[in-house]
Amino acid sequence: MNAMSGAILDVDEELPGAEPLTPAAVRPAKRLVRQRRLGLGEPLALGPLLGPFLLVLFWCVFSYTGLLDPRILPSPWATVATARDLIADGRLPSNLAVSAIRAGEGLFFGVAAGLVVALISGLSRLGGYVFDGPVQMKRSIPSLALIPLLILWLGIGEAMKVTVIAIGVFIPIYIQTQAALRDTEVKYLELAETLRLSRWRFIRHVVLPGALPGFLLGMRFAVMGAWLALVVVEQVNATSGIGYMINLARTYAQTDVIVVGLVVYALLGVTSNALVRLVEARVLRWRRTMAP
Amino acid sequence: MTAVVRIRGLVRAFTLRGVLNGVDLDIARGEFVALLGRSGSGKSTLLRALADLDFEASGSGEIVVPANISVVFQDARLLPWKRVLENVTLGLDGPNVRQRGLNALEEVELGGRAASWPYELSGGEQQRVALARSLVREPELLLADEPFGALDALTRIRMHVLLKRLSERHHPAVLLVTHDVDEAIELADRVVVLDQGRMVADLDVRLPPGGPDRVTTFTRLRRQLLGFLGVEDELAGATGP
Repeated sequence: MNAMSGAILDVDEELPGAEPLTPAAVRPAKRLVRQRRLGLGEPLALGPLLGPFLLVLFWCVFSYTGLLDPRILPSPWATVATARDLIADGRLPSNLAVSAIRAGEGLFFGVAAGLVVALISGLSRLGGYVFDGPVQMKRSIPSLALIPLLILWLGIGEAMKVTVIAIGVFIPIYIQTQAALRDTEVKYLELAETLRLSRWRFIRHVVLPGALPGFLLGMRFAVMGAWLALVVVEQVNATSGIGYMINLARTYAQTDVIVVGLVVYALLGVTSNALVRLVEARVLRWRRTMAP
Repeated sequence: MTAVVRIRGLVRAFTLRGVLNGVDLDIARGEFVALLGRSGSGKSTLLRALADLDFEASGSGEIVVPANISVVFQDARLLPWKRVLENVTLGLDGPNVRQRGLNALEEVELGGRAASWPYELSGGEQQRVALARSLVREPELLLADEPFGALDALTRIRMHVLLKRLSERHHPAVLLVTHDVDEAIELADRVVVLDQGRMVADLDVRLPPGGPDRVTTFTRLRRQLLGFLGVEDELAGATGP
């Protein structure tokens, strides 16, 4: 047996009577996992963290050697210390809570509206004629461009901020869900007809579950969109929130506070995206393609 | 015999594909009819007309079919997001739906796979689930559109045995569309051949129970049917009369 996994050059001696093999023809056959010759190679457990790790590493090196002026970008340890102070005096938690509630409200209303309109537009021909055009038009207008109008309508308070976020969330939810609803395969439609399903059962058992992957894809864009919109609206006359904290820090040239704010934004985005993926993995178990 | 299916002067035309040019066909209660034909002969069109799935077709004629029809497609057509049992009982009402579904799965020898997802099943198993989904509805007419066409040869033989047994037990009228002559003779009581939208043959293919008679009858029918399909079977022809 050793001949199989043993050194290539030993093969002739260990297999008496066998045809002398040219080394190129011998290939270890006893291996649990083989890699494709032209594939990308074996995945590493913590591989995806390599890029962020290198980024922090370079940040450390440049700060330590003094190549990086602390006024341009504070050192990692200074940032961590600032974060600790901000947590200790309650500024970070309270501002984070305000931002999270804002984003959460926007997400809630945006998802609810997007879902309702997508259902109307996706499930009925008339609904599609009425709603699809306007939404596609809105799609080409950046949410930022709507802010002046929304300020005139809603003022600069919380209503305006939540509305901007909700609009940013509405679009991807609508687009993905409506497209998925309309993409119901004809073969399932035929099946439902031969099974004499009522329209309601057809929608409930065939159309809606089939559109779920599309909705969840929209949800991923929506969650990202909520945080992005948050960053924008918190620059507009906010008196609380992470964006307000950053703006205030700019006034006092506290680069370290700004960096803490940016890191918090990044973490929020990454975490919420991972959360949606987790939900996807659970809800879409029936899909063979779902990578755990 | 009372006919459960009656077709008179059926004409169907599509802008893009197959046509029917005046088809007459009766299928008796519990009769197993195989519909043979080359590609484009209109056999699927006929089946889809019976299944009321031919929306894109124009035409004329008369179709009488029972209320309770079930269709088995070439692909199993299971909903990927429903477990096997839920696929079988989809749209069913009344008491014991679950138990009826389980019984149907038992009949196709998949009792243990009720909680599986469709993707976990092989092609043959998926087609058996589709069969269970049809049979649980106790159809008066079972329409099967090349149901074994996508299966490998060995699985197909097992499916033949299963379908034969199930049709004998439940006794629906069956219309099996196929291009496999052997399959048609083995399973059906009667084979009709469709060519260019017309019925060109209608043969009783019930075989004698066993022995050499069975083989010779089979061979004769096979050659006959292949003739109607325009295929010279040279291997069989060499030993023929």
